[in-house]
Amino acid sequence: MDREGFRIMEVNLTSGKATIVRVKGRDKAIGGSGLCAMLFEQRGFTNRPWDHADQPLIFAIGPLTGYFPLMSKTVCAFKSPYHDQYTESHAGGRSAISLRFSGLDAIVIKGRAKRPSLLVVGSRTVEIIDAHFLWGMDVIRSGRIIRHMVDRSHGHRSILRIGPAGENLSAMACINADTYRHFGRLGAGAVMGSKNLKAIAILGDSSLPLPKDQKPYRAVWKKVFQDVQKSGMMHKYHNLGTPANLMRLNELKSLPWRNLQATFDEEAERISGEAFANDHLLRNLACSGCPVGCIHVGFIREKFMEDHRYYYLQMAYDYEPIFAVGSMLGMKEPVSVLKLIEKTDRMGLDVISAGVALAWATEALERAVISTKETICKLSFGDVHCYLEAVEHLAKGKNNFYRLLGQGTMTAAEEYGGQDFACVLGQEMAGYATGELFFTAQSLGFRHSHLDTAAYSYEQKHGEKDLEKAIDFLLSDELPRCLLNSMVACLFSRKVYTKERLKECLSSLGYEELAENLDDLARHIRASRWRLRFQTGFDPENVSIPRRFFKVRSWKGPVDPDYLNRLKKAYGEELKKIALSKSD
Amino acid sequence: MKVLKATRIERCIGCHICSMTCARLVHGLLSWQDAGIRIKSAGGISTGFEAVNCLACKEPVCEKVCPTEAITRRKTGGIRINRQLCIGCTRCADACPVNAITLTGSGFPIVCIHCGLCTRFCPHGCLEMVDMAETDNRQPGEGFHG
Repeated sequence: MDREGFRIMEVNLTSGKATIVRVKGRDKAIGGSGLCAMLFEQRGFTNRPWDHADQPLIFAIGPLTGYFPLMSKTVCAFKSPYHDQYTESHAGGRSAISLRFSGLDAIVIKGRAKRPSLLVVGSRTVEIIDAHFLWGMDVIRSGRIIRHMVDRSHGHRSILRIGPAGENLSAMACINADTYRHFGRLGAGAVMGSKNLKAIAILGDSSLPLPKDQKPYRAVWKKVFQDVQKSGMMHKYHNLGTPANLMRLNELKSLPWRNLQATFDEEAERISGEAFANDHLLRNLACSGCPVGCIHVGFIREKFMEDHRYYYLQMAYDYEPIFAVGSMLGMKEPVSVLKLIEKTDRMGLDVISAGVALAWATEALERAVISTKETICKLSFGDVHCYLEAVEHLAKGKNNFYRLLGQGTMTAAEEYGGQDFACVLGQEMAGYATGELFFTAQSLGFRHSHLDTAAYSYEQKHGEKDLEKAIDFLLSDELPRCLLNSMVACLFSRKVYTKERLKECLSSLGYEELAENLDDLARHIRASRWRLRFQTGFDPENVSIPRRFFKVRSWKGPVDPDYLNRLKKAYGEELKKIALSKSD
Repeated sequence: MKVLKATRIERCIGCHICSMTCARLVHGLLSWQDAGIRIKSAGGISTGFEAVNCLACKEPVCEKVCPTEAITRRKTGGIRINRQLCIGCTRCADACPVNAITLTGSGFPIVCIHCGLCTRFCPHGCLEMVDMAETDNRQPGEGFHG
């Protein structure tokens, strides 16, 4: 591994060639999120549209990837089809470890293949293979075929692919990673689609040396492993996983129901973590290099003939998908929720965006803002059959309405009306109607999600309206996340990987300089990401929060419009300052 | 007299911690393939996982095919590879019917040494050290009453 710089594979799909380049800058960028920003700054174009062939699609890992438990995420960076701004999406599965053992710190993909293609990358491999026969095929089936097409490194590789949504350039298209994980939000799948890239197989087919003096490394590894076991993460994620949040949020009147027309439902228990675990949990899976195994794989078995003929389907479930295609669509049967998750996955759509978009479409239909001429099927809260059909229409852009909806709920609402009740906070909302702070944090956050800061969690414990304290929290909570996202850690491990522990990890691998400068590096990386974001068109003042969010009633009481507006203004101003700061 | 057995592999979540522990602690490498135990999906991760490791068979074919006598049987089960005697011909790896022997980039064979380190880190207790004396000693065809 290059301690000073990075080993990058640059693939040009137009020419069909690839090169390995050494890029300096480890001391500033660390890896992952920081590396992506640096590479986009060098190789991307802030003034060209997201689907320009020259725009890069970047996958990067960090210095600790594979070396320590839960260092298991890959950062994908691109100019988003959702808002044409620079962004990131992260995923686990086998992608990060496969990339580590391919001997690369990052893959930068530019150009546009002449035909739909499969890119295969490994420590001694780079191939661009004709895959036109996979175009139009869903994520599950194409994964099966690719496993046969790339008949090597079984179990030690990652297969990233898109479905019809990505091929059709939907801004809600995800990149599926190893069937059960996703680079979900902000349309990375469409970037692959625009490059005629159906799939990427990353072969983790080499091994790497450990530091000469292995004692410190082994000692820190053991400490981290023990911390993981002690921290209670094993219990939480071994048990119900993230769906454990659902009942708590419902009790706090913070669980969005039926397009956020309510934040509580007496029957929430029917789609609780327990309900899924008791009747539909098939088993757990882990991202490579993580002993936690938080992936909850559910199953459904359906009779399709009178003669006792059945098929079964498997799908990963988590809190967010259960919110998006469950409570948000008024669904109270776990089987229906799982069917929708499976269908959305299969189509290559981001499940959060798709669920929230269809919730808006349902209310718009109820209010006669649109008609079945637009929706084709009669969308109705709680009716799984209509949503199964609509998911496919959305992914395939069946008519002008679905094509617009695929570009974002607000894009469709601007055309048809119904902006007031579009649940969009920068992008379709995540499942936390906790109040003013989360609405601000998602609207202006870097990834427009619940992952940039723990505002949703802060707000479950803080009812007071202390603007200064709240903004301080947002600003201070983003910094350690910038570091974790550059190492690249799973954010579930944020209690394990304290700054002190990260220092020990880095030092044990010979990155003493990084270990000594973590505070400065966090500020530098945060600034470089925000700088790119602003350069590609982000302006906090242009982000508006729809009226529906001002009508929310959470455990704290009704949303205070004045407080929400003041928070948004103050946070936006702080973000501007960060983007303009001269951190380096 | 104990050997490594993946007795509860149906519990495996595919974290590869066992392989990476072996690579780290036994072979001084960061790896999920250059290890005495490797985890493979049994046809995509939807269908579960298989552990690939030395089964400590009674008549190790790898020993028979080794032309330099680099492979000898361990008294406690399994085999030992003498690095000084190995010429990297790869015949042992080719001969092993369960692909338990893997080859490093330099062609040196790696095989499970039945040390049991990996068992300490498996989060689901899929692996355990089993006493060879307690394993079934019947000959093929003997049946239960043979």
